[in-house]
Amino acid sequence: MSTPPPRQGTRPVAIVACAQSKSERRIEQANEVELLMPVVTEVYANAGMTKDDVDFICSGSTDYLIGGPFSFVTALDAVGVWPPKAESHVEMDGAWALYEAWVTLQEEGKDVALVYGFGKSSLGDLSRILALQLDPYTMAPMWPDQVSLAALQAQAMIDQGLATEEDFARIASRARHNALSNPNAQVANEKTMEELMKDDYAVAPLRRHTLPPLSDGAAAIIMVAGDRAYDVVDRPAWITGIDHRVDAHAFGARNLAESRSTTKAAENAGVSAGPVDIAELHAPFAHQEILLRRAMGLNESTVINPSGGPLAANPLMAGGLIRFIEAANRIMDGSANRAVAHATSGPVLQQNLVAVLEGAS
Amino acid sequence: MNQRCAVIGVGQTHHKSKREDVSIAGLVREAALAALEDAGLDFSDIDAVVVGKAPDMFEGIMMPELYLAGALGAVGKPMFRVHTAGSVGGSTAIVAAHLVANGIHKRVLTVAFEKQSDSDAMWALSVPQPFSAPLLAGAGGYFAPIIRSYINKSGAPNNVGMKVAVKDRLHALKNPYAHLHLPDIDLKMVEESVMLWDPLHYLESCPSSDGAAAMVLSSEDVAVAQEKTTGRPAAWIHGMAMRSEPTMFAGRNLMNPQAGRDCAKDVFAQAGITKPRQELDCAEVYVPFSWYEPMWLENLGFAEENEGWKLTDSGATSLDGGDIPWNCSGGVLSSNPIGASGMLRFLESALQVRNMAGEHQVPDAHKALGHAYGGGSQFFSMWVVGSDKPE
Repeated sequence: MSTPPPRQGTRPVAIVACAQSKSERRIEQANEVELLMPVVTEVYANAGMTKDDVDFICSGSTDYLIGGPFSFVTALDAVGVWPPKAESHVEMDGAWALYEAWVTLQEEGKDVALVYGFGKSSLGDLSRILALQLDPYTMAPMWPDQVSLAALQAQAMIDQGLATEEDFARIASRARHNALSNPNAQVANEKTMEELMKDDYAVAPLRRHTLPPLSDGAAAIIMVAGDRAYDVVDRPAWITGIDHRVDAHAFGARNLAESRSTTKAAENAGVSAGPVDIAELHAPFAHQEILLRRAMGLNESTVINPSGGPLAANPLMAGGLIRFIEAANRIMDGSANRAVAHATSGPVLQQNLVAVLEGAS
Repeated sequence: MNQRCAVIGVGQTHHKSKREDVSIAGLVREAALAALEDAGLDFSDIDAVVVGKAPDMFEGIMMPELYLAGALGAVGKPMFRVHTAGSVGGSTAIVAAHLVANGIHKRVLTVAFEKQSDSDAMWALSVPQPFSAPLLAGAGGYFAPIIRSYINKSGAPNNVGMKVAVKDRLHALKNPYAHLHLPDIDLKMVEESVMLWDPLHYLESCPSSDGAAAMVLSSEDVAVAQEKTTGRPAAWIHGMAMRSEPTMFAGRNLMNPQAGRDCAKDVFAQAGITKPRQELDCAEVYVPFSWYEPMWLENLGFAEENEGWKLTDSGATSLDGGDIPWNCSGGVLSSNPIGASGMLRFLESALQVRNMAGEHQVPDAHKALGHAYGGGSQFFSMWVVGSDKPE
């Protein structure tokens, strides 16, 4: 096997096992620990490992979903960190936990990492909660909801001639069609663009079908550094490039119809250095897929969101990590050679992470 | 560590009950700009920004680093946000240092903060969770029974905690950034303060502070160059480690947690330290409630089990004549912007080995420990820094 060389860091790191819960609108019978436990158990089983094999653990979640401090603290009990483990947590999507694990695995002697992300959007009113992400002095007091902000972005794209409402509907139609073959998806159906265009507006120009579902869910990944990855799986999904960037927070300080942070992260991750077979883009709103695709320079030959993407299942704090899972699974099963995984955080795509995953030739 | 990593700049705010003169952005910039000035750099030199703080509900802002991207010069750069409960300031420094030590970036700015006056931390920590043991009234309500068990087990005299409270406040008088400056502090004043959570008096508890801490971490080549430019020495990281243990597990020893012992063992092994009391010149250890000094003296291997209180009792941990001064800055008992409290321990240990701690400097300090813990005594982060490069 010829392991593809990484663009960043010195040590090749691969995704070797994945697991995710089925995303659902409301999982009432399980708290966060109970939601995570079967996922963590499954990812260990998929890797043929136990917790004793893991050198580092990192998770992503946010306190604001549970409405209390330290939601990650009890979640750690799902992992069973005894004897004690080197462990960390980011108040970010699980994709950034994966980034921290990737950095940690650059060190000799740290070979295996467990990464997980989880979120139960059903616990509160997500539109009100996400308003608390905004500048606390000038924006949050007006409680702008995430759908209205996304609509501003979509309108900016229309105004700049970058997309039409029909384009948004076409994306939603394809996403829900793709989701029919994804057992973990929450919204899957067969509707044409023309049918979808009869939907009401949620907030113009966004019709109902352009919005992501509200989801509860969890996801986990095991990563391995170096040739040990081949002991776990025949075709590890090697992370050959990874980078993340943040844009200005104030909406007036950036062109909402573009994403400079995505462009820069994609350049550093080396997206354009070869053909991209599939891309899993963390575009919760349909129009954001067009925007991200442009920002990364992906052409028509790339299959976008074969899983259905966030329009089919969108658990907050795990949605980005699930993009890595869907991309890695397609490398590991041989259906793709080179894939892009993308994650976003913050209002209207403020922060973006881009990675290139490759199979060994 | 694949490569050497150094602390080349530090900055902190004047910690106070209420910093009503600044917004949150103003608060973090005060620390960040001071750290950059110390390092001889500005925002444009920085490759990545790593932010840490304790629960977001303390200020009522979800992921406040997003709004702070501009204030911290992070636009167009990688920005990262760590949250590991009370240990977060320490973990954040370690996450930032890994970016340098593992060869990803050369100059990383790391910032931690809390603006506790925006909320009531005690009750923010006391939100009942379904199926979880309540923290009762704030962190003190959680830790007091553990402290009582320690006193019973170790046979420590009842006034050892009060001695820690006095010692750290005397140290704080030498630190212009400290929140509490109590010139008349003595055992009587502590004893006469109201009993909050038996055996913890009001003055044996940490204050609620607004404050921020920042550090610039760099690769060896940058550190050497900046030492020449600024004339100020770097502090070199000799070891760093994190450990966590579960919340609900019957096998835990809350008085002497396994995760703390393992973390100390790891960080001392990296730094080549076998006898921490002899080989370290000082330590900045997260002591939010007085009795955690004797408990952590044992947990970190500075004393045998049940003997930690004897070091405190004899004055060994005092800057005034002690052989292993702990918390020369006044520690968490004197300044507690929660999210930054751990980073302040890491930062103060770096100041000591750079010989830049001013009035609270330990003469000729060459090696120091920075320590933070969080959750229910279950998350630990530590580093050892030295004035010389590690081997």
